[in-house]
Amino acid sequence: MSSHIVLEKAAVKPAKESEKSTRRAFLVAAGAAGLCYTAALGYPIYRYLASPEEIASNATAVKEVSLKDAQKLPAGSVLMFKFGASPAMLIHHADGTWASISAVCTHLGCTVQYEPQADRIHCACHGGVYNAYTGANVSGPPPKPLKKFNVVVGENSVEVSRT
Amino acid sequence: MTTKTAFIYDWVDERLGLSEIAAFARKKTVPVHAQSFWYYWGGISLFLFLVQCFTGVLLLVYYRPGAESFESVRQITYVMHFGWLIRSAHSWSANLMMLSILVHMFSVYFMKAYRKPREFGWLSGMALLGIASVFGFSGYLLPMDELSYFATKVGLEIPAAIPLIGPAIANMLRGGPDVSEFTVQRFFALHVVVLPALFLPLLGFHLWLVQKHGNAAPPSEAEKPVSERKTMPFMPNFLRKDLAMWLISLNILALLASVFPWQLGKQFDSLAPAPVGIHPEWYFMSPFEMLKLLGMVKWLQGAPGEIAGILLFTMGIALWVMIPFYDTGRDSGRRGRAAHYFGLIAVFALLATTAIGYWTIR
Repeated sequence: MSSHIVLEKAAVKPAKESEKSTRRAFLVAAGAAGLCYTAALGYPIYRYLASPEEIASNATAVKEVSLKDAQKLPAGSVLMFKFGASPAMLIHHADGTWASISAVCTHLGCTVQYEPQADRIHCACHGGVYNAYTGANVSGPPPKPLKKFNVVVGENSVEVSRT
Repeated sequence: MTTKTAFIYDWVDERLGLSEIAAFARKKTVPVHAQSFWYYWGGISLFLFLVQCFTGVLLLVYYRPGAESFESVRQITYVMHFGWLIRSAHSWSANLMMLSILVHMFSVYFMKAYRKPREFGWLSGMALLGIASVFGFSGYLLPMDELSYFATKVGLEIPAAIPLIGPAIANMLRGGPDVSEFTVQRFFALHVVVLPALFLPLLGFHLWLVQKHGNAAPPSEAEKPVSERKTMPFMPNFLRKDLAMWLISLNILALLASVFPWQLGKQFDSLAPAPVGIHPEWYFMSPFEMLKLLGMVKWLQGAPGEIAGILLFTMGIALWVMIPFYDTGRDSGRRGRAAHYFGLIAVFALLATTAIGYWTIR
């Protein structure tokens, strides 16, 4: 491989100081221009691909949801709805009380379900159990309680809002 | 090269034959003469095709074919950030690509670069142009706005005019008796799966041939003694110039796409009348106008005119494709001159009918 080394040495002529600095200036300018192009092309593409995420995060800013005719929900049943971007439950308990609780399991993000017979909230993914009145984590892997919302039952609708 | 990198290079080289590839890449030289400018247009077409692939994949992220196609393009254009820019770049680049392919084709034609041993280069190039126009035709329908609806409706009347089998072909392309969501669904499959699958291997073949035979010098250059001819190595000298051209193309494309964003019309309505001033894309204007003009000839009015027009056009294209087998450059130049005049007539006919087409829109 000694021939390679000899060739390389012959190709690089001993450059004068001024020549060296113009070459460096050229490389810096070309590099800067390249970066500008990458940014100019990359920024719109990034924003384009990120659009749905931005739309979703705008939806998370929702503070209140009005559920039309939800006051007719029979006792001992549940209504699934979207609070902003994520699913939530409106539970009408058998004793007549109302509760609205986020349906996103605090363990790994599965959607949980209300079980009227046991009057509890259960996550089928890993067996997490929550209290159906407060959202508190009762057993299983969930580390935190489910988020609870305020409920106001009106004549034509049920208003759910962040606490 | 340090011994370590030399070692790695040798290791890979022994297994993949890098030296052979490098030798093949270095082999090509580009003739340097007054017409060298025309050698850039193949490269520009290639660049614009790469832009099409790239922006096409980005559009694919949100585009939904079928009944929702208009709604999804509306979303891309007005809801997604910079979606209008990506769609605009895709449309502009498609048009610029057609333009540069045509420039490339005519420069090859007039430099007689189709002669031996480059016949396959010419034939594969013509096939690529054919596929590119089907790309254009199928892509135009995908937004399903008014213009694309009527352009497709009218365009499919041309195969429908073929005697006997025409209506069956048109129905097969449309997926029914009228342009509908079935049409857009199958045009979508054509546009993003079938055509790329045909185009890419052909393009590889075309580029391999260019590398194998190098650029052809025009006859005026080839006559000169070898000592007076100048060439430059493709790698890296001409490639560097090619890339500079790509950069210029990118700038022009970016300027056009952002300053003149591609418009989205109203959603198509199969009951609405055709909008005033409707016309085909510029690269289909000439055949459209030729058919129209032939239909005006008194004894060709109606269906006979259409059939005569299709026949004439098909024959013209067949002659154009077969030119390497007519003008082989072997006789004393009579056929070469004839081919040259045929080319001039073709350019004149294309430009004239396109101009008449635009002149008579309103």
